[in-house]
Amino acid sequence: MSHVFIRTASIAGLALALMMAALTANAAPNGRALYENNCSSCHGVNGKGGVGVPLSLPSFLNSVPDSYLEKTIRYGRPGRVMPPHPTLSDAQIKAIVSHLRSFSNGKVPATLEALVKGDIKRGKKLYAQNCSSCHGANGEGGQGTGVTFSRPRDLPVIAPAINNPGFLLAATDSMIKATLMNGREGTPMKSFLKAGLKEKDIDDIVTFVRSFEKIKPSANRIVKNNESPVLVYDSQSDLKTTVENVKNAAKAENFRIIRVQDFENGLVKKGTESNREVIVYFCNFETLNNVLAVDPRVGLFLPCRVTVVEREGKVQVMSINPRYLSSMYNNDELDKFCDEMYAIYTNIIEEATL
Amino acid sequence: MKNLLAIILLVMVANPGVASESEGLIIHRSTQTFPEAMLALQTSIGEHGYTVSRVQRVDIGLTKSGYKTDKYRIVFFGKSSEIRAVKQSQPQLIPYLPLKIVIFSENNETLMVASNMTQFAVLTQQKDTRVLLERWNNDIHSIFTDVK
Ligand code: HEC
Ligand code: HEC
Repeated sequence: MSHVFIRTASIAGLALALMMAALTANAAPNGRALYENNCSSCHGVNGKGGVGVPLSLPSFLNSVPDSYLEKTIRYGRPGRVMPPHPTLSDAQIKAIVSHLRSFSNGKVPATLEALVKGDIKRGKKLYAQNCSSCHGANGEGGQGTGVTFSRPRDLPVIAPAINNPGFLLAATDSMIKATLMNGREGTPMKSFLKAGLKEKDIDDIVTFVRSFEKIKPSANRIVKNNESPVLVYDSQSDLKTTVENVKNAAKAENFRIIRVQDFENGLVKKGTESNREVIVYFCNFETLNNVLAVDPRVGLFLPCRVTVVEREGKVQVMSINPRYLSSMYNNDELDKFCDEMYAIYTNIIEEATL
Repeated sequence: MKNLLAIILLVMVANPGVASESEGLIIHRSTQTFPEAMLALQTSIGEHGYTVSRVQRVDIGLTKSGYKTDKYRIVFFGKSSEIRAVKQSQPQLIPYLPLKIVIFSENNETLMVASNMTQFAVLTQQKDTRVLLERWNNDIHSIFTDVK
């Protein structure tokens, strides 16, 4: 009796499980929701957002195959703000691409893997004459990546980095060729056929652009992935003296002390703050404004801050590791700033803990 | 050559140090104006049981130097019991505490940015702390969802 019961129960259970599996398999991922969660922060809800290149222009969507969009989403553009998306499933990425397609209802080009074979030497010369003014001598792209609130949205689109490994992996030769032949109406990228180049010239340039693949990734990018998120030093002095040392060392580096406060200030009832962790905030307004112009997201770690902590009579001085931030932001233009800040933080902390 | 590139990129994507490139920051766009989004943000932080400890400007003089916006703030928040416990047992996490969200306007919309706290799990061996970092991360996502 009970046996029968168990059998029915398990058959019902199995049927239910199968149904659920069928349901989830059929429930296509919601491309629009995925886009809004993962992309709209930078590209805007309608793809016009203006971070990097706009995604909604018909001249763009009608000239790139799905594989280009899928790979761009998967691999991102290392060092150019556009993040990789390693955790999205293939089905989710396809759903996002369908959503991008809904921005414009033109014809979708097929992926053509055929290689373009041109004269690389000629291509190099033609590139220098026709392309480097916008895309840089080695395809490094225009200055700025567009993640900036200081940049009016009606400014011309920034030329993308076409030497970027993410771009080169996503783009087929035929897609690059089509982009040069047709241009992208509504952006500074014009048709080079109309501008007077021959198809042969364009083939030569495509071959040269493809050769950017041989550029090695910068050493900086490899190093920064091994940084610890924090800098921690032992101090030889007591807490009060160390705090004074930090202030003096920051001033010596041309910073203004903005505020010195107990760590718990505002978090617990006034008067009950622990006095064993003290934060020193300091700032140099010029640097701050310059770096916010490069990437406003950096404000998360500004103004500069060093914390002095006492545990059982031992005093430590600690801060974020600016070099670690490089890998958080995926923005090569911040690397110089992060290196500078790393030098400044270590100088200040070393000076203060002597 | 292309296959080689694919392999290199795959390795980079699979490497946790780089995976955090996509997950290192949580970025959220609200279609509300800055004052509306700011209000919604602080309300949601409170509703999630956190105390806002400070709202800080970092933009003093931003408009003077030609910026489009002076609407730029950092909101610090936390639960005192949690923060106390972590800073006591895992002081190396202090530089990333209390929690914070940067909020700034972009035309008529508002952008918000926070660190993904789970990336700092590398700094601790303690299971409880790792679980807490996970929850902080979920709460920040949930707070962002509230600020439509
Ligand atoms: C943190 C900001 C950010 C996020 C989030 C982001 N992107 Fe991007 N995206 C960029 C930037 C910046 C570029 C331009 C890169 C360059 O200039 O080299 C770009 C480039 C692209 C391109 C290439 C466009 C072209 O003209 O070739 C596509 C496609 C794209 N993004 C789609 C997406 C999708 C889809 C998502 C969500 C899954 C997404 N992006 C998320 C910033 C972002
Ligand atoms: C006046 C500036 C300018 C010049 C000159 C120029 N480009 Fe562009 N190019 C751009 C901009 C801006 C875009 C982005 C267009 C968009 O938003 O879709 C672009 C897009 C591209 C793309 C697509 C990249 C991507 O990520 O979508 C390729 C490939 C490209 N250009 C190659 C070239 C080559 C090769 C030349 C020389 C023959 C050239 N460009 C000349 C400004 C320029």
